[in-house]
Amino acid sequence: MPYPKDYRYTREHEWISVDGAIGSIGITDYAQSSLGDIVYVDAPKVGDAVTANATFGSVESVKAVSDLFSPVSGKVTAVNEELKTAPDQINQDAHGTWIIKVELSNPAELNNLLDATAYEAFIAEETGS
Amino acid sequence: MRYLPKSDDERRQMLAEIGARSIDDLFAIIPAEYRLGRDLNVPRQQAESEIIAYFRAAGQKNATDYASFLGAGAYRHYRPVIIDSLVQRGEFLTSYTPYQAEITQGTLQAIFEFQTMIAELTGMDVANASMYDGSTGAAEAVLMAMRVTGRQKAVVAATVHPEYREVLHTYLRYREMPTALVGYHNETGRVDLEALAAAVSSETAAILVQSPNFFGVIEDIPAIAEIAHAKGALLIVSIAEAVSLGIVRPPVEADIVSMEAQSFGVALSYGGPFCGVIAAREQFVRQMPGRLAGQTVDGAGNRGFVLTLATREQHIRREKATSNICTNQALVALMATIFLAVYGKEGMRELAEHNLAKADYAAKTLSALSGTKLRFKGAPRFHEFVLQTDEAPAAWSRRLLDNKIVGGIELSRWYPELRNCTLWCATEVMPRETIDAAAKVLAAAPVEA
Amino acid sequence: MTMNLDTNKAEAKPGGPHTLGKVRTHPTQNEALMFEKSAPGKRAYKLPPLDVPAVDFSSCLGKAYRQTPAQLPELSEIEIIRHFTRLSTWNYAIDLGMYPLGSCTMKYNPRVNEFVARIEGLAEAHPYRPESLAQGILEIYDLLQRCLLEITGMDAITLQPAAGAHGEFTGILLTRAWHESQGNPRTKILVPDSAHGTNPATAAIVGYTVENIKSNADGGIDLEGLARQVDENTAALMLTNPSTLGVFEDEIHKIADILHAKGALLYMDGANMNALVGKVRPGDFGVDVMHLNLHKTFSTPHGGGGPGSGPVACKKFLEPFLPIPVLVRDEYGAKHCTDAGDWEDTNAEPTADGCPPLFRAPVLKPDGERVGDSEPMPLHPLGGRLRWEYNRPHSVGRVRAFYGNTGMFIRALAYILANGPDGLRQTTEDAVLNANYIRKKLEDLYELPYKTPSMHEVVFSDRRQAAHGVKTGDIAKRLIDYGFHPYTVSFPLIVHGALMIEPTESESREELDLFVEAMRSIAREAEENPELVKTAPHSTRVSRLDEVQAARKPILRWKPEKQ
Repeated sequence: MPYPKDYRYTREHEWISVDGAIGSIGITDYAQSSLGDIVYVDAPKVGDAVTANATFGSVESVKAVSDLFSPVSGKVTAVNEELKTAPDQINQDAHGTWIIKVELSNPAELNNLLDATAYEAFIAEETGS
Repeated sequence: MRYLPKSDDERRQMLAEIGARSIDDLFAIIPAEYRLGRDLNVPRQQAESEIIAYFRAAGQKNATDYASFLGAGAYRHYRPVIIDSLVQRGEFLTSYTPYQAEITQGTLQAIFEFQTMIAELTGMDVANASMYDGSTGAAEAVLMAMRVTGRQKAVVAATVHPEYREVLHTYLRYREMPTALVGYHNETGRVDLEALAAAVSSETAAILVQSPNFFGVIEDIPAIAEIAHAKGALLIVSIAEAVSLGIVRPPVEADIVSMEAQSFGVALSYGGPFCGVIAAREQFVRQMPGRLAGQTVDGAGNRGFVLTLATREQHIRREKATSNICTNQALVALMATIFLAVYGKEGMRELAEHNLAKADYAAKTLSALSGTKLRFKGAPRFHEFVLQTDEAPAAWSRRLLDNKIVGGIELSRWYPELRNCTLWCATEVMPRETIDAAAKVLAAAPVEA
Repeated sequence: MTMNLDTNKAEAKPGGPHTLGKVRTHPTQNEALMFEKSAPGKRAYKLPPLDVPAVDFSSCLGKAYRQTPAQLPELSEIEIIRHFTRLSTWNYAIDLGMYPLGSCTMKYNPRVNEFVARIEGLAEAHPYRPESLAQGILEIYDLLQRCLLEITGMDAITLQPAAGAHGEFTGILLTRAWHESQGNPRTKILVPDSAHGTNPATAAIVGYTVENIKSNADGGIDLEGLARQVDENTAALMLTNPSTLGVFEDEIHKIADILHAKGALLYMDGANMNALVGKVRPGDFGVDVMHLNLHKTFSTPHGGGGPGSGPVACKKFLEPFLPIPVLVRDEYGAKHCTDAGDWEDTNAEPTADGCPPLFRAPVLKPDGERVGDSEPMPLHPLGGRLRWEYNRPHSVGRVRAFYGNTGMFIRALAYILANGPDGLRQTTEDAVLNANYIRKKLEDLYELPYKTPSMHEVVFSDRRQAAHGVKTGDIAKRLIDYGFHPYTVSFPLIVHGALMIEPTESESREELDLFVEAMRSIAREAEENPELVKTAPHSTRVSRLDEVQAARKPILRWKPEKQ
């Protein structure tokens, strides 16, 4: 699975794709494949504030729970309601399935994130391959 | 030792195969200074006949031939014989938590049936596989409401079982979750609705009430729900007497119901093990504590059951779990399930009617005596009532004990303002003669000299 | 991929051409849900005629009257008996065979326990009956308390907690209350990475942050690391000893010293007491507070997931904080308060009424001199009168209604009486012997990640089998086909792909050999026919269930099909 070049990534395996002032946030293909079948996504509400590097929700498989860390700070402008009934969309297309959209309050935070090449190197190191 | 399936010879052979000279080798890692170099000072090994004799003697000391009007959160009902014959099947009794679903479908299906019956009875969408008891269940329900609402305060009715409130206090001790206590109406014994409305704010996570409440009075659930929901708080209804649901309207307006199911075929056993259970609206299920069984299919499409939504629990979420609860009361929940199967749809109503009728007769009979009066007449009751006497309860309760009757329990122990008030319970197993006999003894107050 | 596996043909075992050594498949009965078998008018009950006047229930309850009855099933008695009997045959159980779930101590549950717990005067005792009419039950509480204190080497105990995790909660409450009495509740609890999940969950609900401690190369506590982590903010270390690896912390006294030097307490999770009873006592090696699991060590039944019972024992300095009420004995000759509120002399004679002479207690004279106590611990009764004390200003409060899971206390005491000091010690020795026997017989085929000596359980890893794609969970499922309950899978977390095996003392050599044979056979299958193992079990009523669907679209109750 290729990691889109125009996305930015966290070391906790979230991605963000920015369009103007709005960033879409999801989890990476590496994250979905290590979690396995995702059964539930716990996301914040529209209007909630999120903070860079802080948890904003969680994704669950049958036997594991993984916290979601926000790549940026800002206000939630949209939540992907489809995931309530079809969380498996993340398993099918991790990079095409956003979980929340956020209005960035400090776009400079994007500079702290990894680009695709750096992220791929990071997961290669994590898996020890 | 009769439980150990080995001869000394076999032990020696096994040690030899391990390569140990003696059993001490296997304990060598324990520093010598801590090893117990003596016999434990516990009673010597007893024969089975001696064990039975010991416990029989202990049982006889408890004076089994006394009639009792005690209730207050622990209720004596008839227990159909098949409950004990079924729960003593080794396949139920000596099985573990059904994590290995393929070889625990029996326990899992029974839990699923229990969950269904509790949901039906309480008017909630879902119920869990059980909690320790009604008191811890109520405390866990308050914590659950806190998670659902993100709010930190609770409002509790003074008519909730005093020991349940004490447990809640312990659970909240280190959680910075203040609780406000709301009193009761003097005529009805119901929670004071005006005071309740004043105590609830937009910071309230939940209102906790009990119905039938500690005085045996049925609370006005729709009115209380309105007060809670107007401020965005949840309503938790605690039910200590589950048999009431045969005839009392279920608290459908509640968000969470926390119930003690001991009345469903579980022995009094001096207060435990009992069977708590939490039921709730479907949208709150992921914040529920405790185990849940769910229906699914196997590879061939056969229906089967598994423990599900386990990510809420401590063994996965560790310090972030919804609760540290690990066990449930599976075997006791099974007793309740069998009890409910025996009575069924019609039987539960008939059983509840008998309870109400017996208590109604007892209340009328005892309060007709001179020097007694029935408190909290202004609201409907189930099978408990509060009797106020001119004579001090200590005096008449001794006369009753002389006649091998245990009368109602004194309320001043928890409610100092209720002087000379006692809480009485009559269930379907209370014979009319006992009620009449109690009335006779109670009436026979010694004439003041 | 569809695999068509004929289990009987899949493997020929030494036990015969068509068996898997221990078992042979046989049909089980199908059985629907009760609700699907219900028919209006069927009855399994009959109430006696009502001997008091009937009431107009609807007008008496008014708006509180239930108009629509709950949709409970309507069945006859034989149908209910068949229903639950059929369901029961779908369960594996200790009564059927070895149940080697590590950490769970699935030992034999003696039947006399069940018998005595149902004795009328015990099973029907109301918790609020006057104490004068409950002396028999209170004597049972008292004797069990004294036995458990002797077994643990502690000073004070509460039987109130309803289960192990509830005991942890109580124990950490005591810890916190004590620290507060010293002026500072402190902020964190240390938990080893090998701990049960209940430990961190407990610390969190008592308001502590959790700090993990990494295990050392032997699977034990790393003393240097511990010394670095313990500070003035550490309230306690929650330690399981033996650890979840089945390893005794041989430097336990140093661990206690490190904690105590900084004013922190040592909490012991007593889940693994089955390795210690009669051999070593936590109170003697520095533990300040601990819980016991009566459903593990003391043979009360697991019952498909409960009820448990989790007494908490502590050292003297924690006693003032115990939950209320506390059981106290008014000594012989002392004044006591009657249920009627009067003070009167405690029975002049020890209350031996109704007790067979065998159990007569030594007479306790008013001056404290004891006569005739050459026997070890007197069974019954000590004389004087037992009562509940509520006036305990430092208590952490109640952790549940009433006093505890009495039915479990009766069973646990029956177990202790059946064993006596010699039986309890032999039980521990056999439990440790059995675990070491399994270790010896399997260590050539299964990877042993920690070579430290094993106590009552042994932890392997699936490393060698995983090379063929077979994981611990697969081996566990395949064990089912051989007639065994799986061991504990993937725990402790510090062992990747853990197989945690606790045979307990209840297994004969014959049963252990069958287990060893099954495990060795599965190790061969993992190499030669991994698919067979990965798709196991093949002999059960249902094959592996779809847990993903169960969690994505939860169906948590039965509903009638829409008309």
